[in-house]
Amino acid sequence: MPQVSLTVNGRPVKVEVEGRTLLVQVLREKLGLTGTHVGCDTSQCGACVVHVDGKSAKACTLLAAQLEGASVTTIEGVAGADGKMHPMQEAFRDNHGLQCGFCTPGMVMSAIDLAKTNPDASEHEIREWLEGNICRCTGYHNIVKSIQAGSAAMRAAK
Amino acid sequence: MGADGIGVAVRRKEDVRFLTGRGTYTDDIARPGQTYAHILRSGQAHARIRSIDVSKAKAAPGVVAVFTGADMAADGVGGLPCGWLVKNKDGSPMKEPAHPPLVVDRVRHVGDQIAVVIAETRAQAKDAAELVEIDFEPLPAVVDSKDALKTGAPQVHGDAAPGNLCYDWELGDKAAVDAAFAKAHKVAKIDLFNNRLIPNAMEPRAATGDFDPASGDYTLYTTSQNPHVIRLLMGAFVLHIPESKLRVYAPDVGGGFGSKIYHYAEEAIVTWAAGKLKRPVRWTADRSESFMSDAHGRDHHSHAELALDKDGKFLALRVDTTANMGAYLSTFASCIPTYLYATLLAGVYTTPAIYVEVKAVFTNTVPVDAYRGAGRPEATFLLERLVDVAAREMGMDRVEIRRRNFIPTNAFPYQTPVALQYDSGDYFSTLEQAQKAADWAGFEARRAEARKRGKLRGIGISTYLEACGIAPSNIAGALGARAGLYEAATVRVHPTGTVTILTGSHSHGQGHETTFAQVVSETLGIGIDQVEIVHGDTNKIPFGMGTYGSRSLAVGGTAIVKALDKVVSKAKKIAAHLLEASVNDIEFKDGKFTVVGTDKSKTFGEIALTAYVPHNYPLEELEPGLEENAFYDPKNFTFPGGCHIAEVEIDPDTGVTKVVKFTAVDDVGRVINPMIVEGQVQGGVAQGIGQALLENCVYDKDGQLITGSYMDYVMPRADDLPSIGVATHTTLCTHNPLGVKGCGEVGAIGSPPAVINAVVDALKDHGVTHMDMPASPQKVWSVINGAHRKAAE
Repeated sequence: MPQVSLTVNGRPVKVEVEGRTLLVQVLREKLGLTGTHVGCDTSQCGACVVHVDGKSAKACTLLAAQLEGASVTTIEGVAGADGKMHPMQEAFRDNHGLQCGFCTPGMVMSAIDLAKTNPDASEHEIREWLEGNICRCTGYHNIVKSIQAGSAAMRAAK
Repeated sequence: MGADGIGVAVRRKEDVRFLTGRGTYTDDIARPGQTYAHILRSGQAHARIRSIDVSKAKAAPGVVAVFTGADMAADGVGGLPCGWLVKNKDGSPMKEPAHPPLVVDRVRHVGDQIAVVIAETRAQAKDAAELVEIDFEPLPAVVDSKDALKTGAPQVHGDAAPGNLCYDWELGDKAAVDAAFAKAHKVAKIDLFNNRLIPNAMEPRAATGDFDPASGDYTLYTTSQNPHVIRLLMGAFVLHIPESKLRVYAPDVGGGFGSKIYHYAEEAIVTWAAGKLKRPVRWTADRSESFMSDAHGRDHHSHAELALDKDGKFLALRVDTTANMGAYLSTFASCIPTYLYATLLAGVYTTPAIYVEVKAVFTNTVPVDAYRGAGRPEATFLLERLVDVAAREMGMDRVEIRRRNFIPTNAFPYQTPVALQYDSGDYFSTLEQAQKAADWAGFEARRAEARKRGKLRGIGISTYLEACGIAPSNIAGALGARAGLYEAATVRVHPTGTVTILTGSHSHGQGHETTFAQVVSETLGIGIDQVEIVHGDTNKIPFGMGTYGSRSLAVGGTAIVKALDKVVSKAKKIAAHLLEASVNDIEFKDGKFTVVGTDKSKTFGEIALTAYVPHNYPLEELEPGLEENAFYDPKNFTFPGGCHIAEVEIDPDTGVTKVVKFTAVDDVGRVINPMIVEGQVQGGVAQGIGQALLENCVYDKDGQLITGSYMDYVMPRADDLPSIGVATHTTLCTHNPLGVKGCGEVGAIGSPPAVINAVVDALKDHGVTHMDMPASPQKVWSVINGAHRKAAE
């Protein structure tokens, strides 16, 4: 079986993959990083969003074989080295931006990318950005609030 | 109120694990030696199976086993049971056709389970399933419940349910209703269809069966809202495994909304197969499978008539409903269009006479069962649409006709003509608060402003009520429930004064680990970080009925309070001994036991330690230890209610309807954590707006599921929804100690008619008096342009 070398949450890893193996399968099944979730099979729900080379991407839509040399960050890898949660994670907690928690890792990863790309996004821009992340619990109201607060915290930390 | 007690918006205890990717959902659990199951499902809506050949699949790489319905039947595996017996008008029982976990000779809906392929990897199981050869004889299918009742319709179960009829049921006083209609000043009528929905919890269902040959113990890891119910149903009725040998564990569950209440075939298949193979068997649904195998919701056709006197007072209500059950009876399907629907048709009004007939019907579609609100959204949509029609018929203001018929605030307890007795409520206050928050009075100016921009603006209101906290067991039993509906709790105080609560309720997003801990904090005067809430594992928790129908706090929370009362009562005796006082002189407040009128006291922690290290202890009168159980059976349902107001804007060029403002004012009883309550209401409203404008399960006439993925089924996304303004107005529930009513479903119940009433209001100049859900752009555009064409002709 072909091998792929990549960096996951700062650690170099080498994994055997089939041609059809998806990044999300590598993360969940080979590396035990079960924080990245699978909520659909049509690249719609965004529960599997991770960062690949710093940009948000749906891990269910990337073949592992494409990722030779790539750097992948998952929800398990965004906290600080001291274990302190990322400001976006804190903001979701402060603003009740999650309920069942299943879409949450993808939401947080997507939100961090938005805050980097557009640090002071309007409510409208946030809602448009979240087009690719489905949440069934919150009605998005508190997710929008969380992202506004998390973005502000990230700006302040710069 | 302590820092963590009742009424404080404390941050959730469970959030850190979810936010850091350390939640444990069923599919996250790996077992040594595990295999993977793929369920081969029917692509046909209705067909006889002439033969199944699994030989090629069995020989495929990595395949461990292939089982069919014949294998399960040969092992004596039973069918999936229905938990609620509804009786026909003549007293005879409903029809309950067999529901085998794997079909034997006939498939009855797209998605029906035909065989299970078990292999070393998921991919191998899937690949091998392609090699199973099935000889089908296609049969005609029926999709719509009204069509299924017609003479000559395809028969889903043949003689097991002649005419596709599950039951023909009634409630209320027909003669009184007929008499009231005979003297009515006006009669308002409506025909409507409450659209079929697919619940779509974001975590797809999953189940892993495990078997330990050494002990003979089975374990089922599953995505369930009520693991003890699954253990009972699957153990006793399907697989015949004694409870002592069966552990059902529902760990973190990613949303339920009703769809994870039921005992599903896959749970029985993987548990049975694990026993056969002596290896763990894992199954996780693809989203496509979820669409065709999770129980669906709603799907009612109704005709309703409201008789009014000359002042607009409601005299009587008559309702005729046909409810689609799908191809088989799901666990609680039969009670949804009866006891959770017809009993709600009084709503918040004093209508003195009501008569309801309900026919439940089998079709070649996925089984239908409870989905957020379950029966109550259907009742509320019908009633709140009909009241708007009545206002128009009478030439009355929509709000005034409601006020005129509200149950007066001093009339509680209030007995309705459809079996329920409401304990408390104040519909005038929630209405007034919502009208103010929504600036109802200023709406016409906003409508005029929108018109200048070429937009059609409308406002809609719904004043609603629901029954939850299900249910007093004796009443439910008299109505056909085959189980008790109490809840259980254990309070385990540890020697150093920390507390573990074991609850039969299950949290799958509701935040019980926080809310329940706040209740404990308030009672015992300890911080919520000293309290651990354990749920979901039948090997740990007492036998409880789980979470649905907004019952966790009202029923499960009360069980915790009852067990806490016992703890405090025993602790007082220990304190009295230590403080050399009479137990009647001991007061417990803020975590301290004090001899009244003195400064002599002991902390809760000191008492806990004494209970477990009983060196100075009244051993002759009191057992050591501090752990108590309670089973709480509610005295009545609880009755949350309130007022929802939707304001919409329609673009006549595209037919797109946007909810521009949404206001909800709900009475959910005492609020333990306002942040969590707001979140629950917002989520419910989002699902209600989804039903009203976006979501719709569609089958073609041959029974193919057209909306089988997120590409076709329109889930509400962030840019489809507005900010959702939520407030509460509290009247206390009078029959549980917390005074709580429940908040999980109010959003999904109150909102759909508010949105459709707003759409109809926006389109009133186009001759629209009703629109079925969802008010999709196509439907709205067609109405507008049809009307334009008519005007031009």
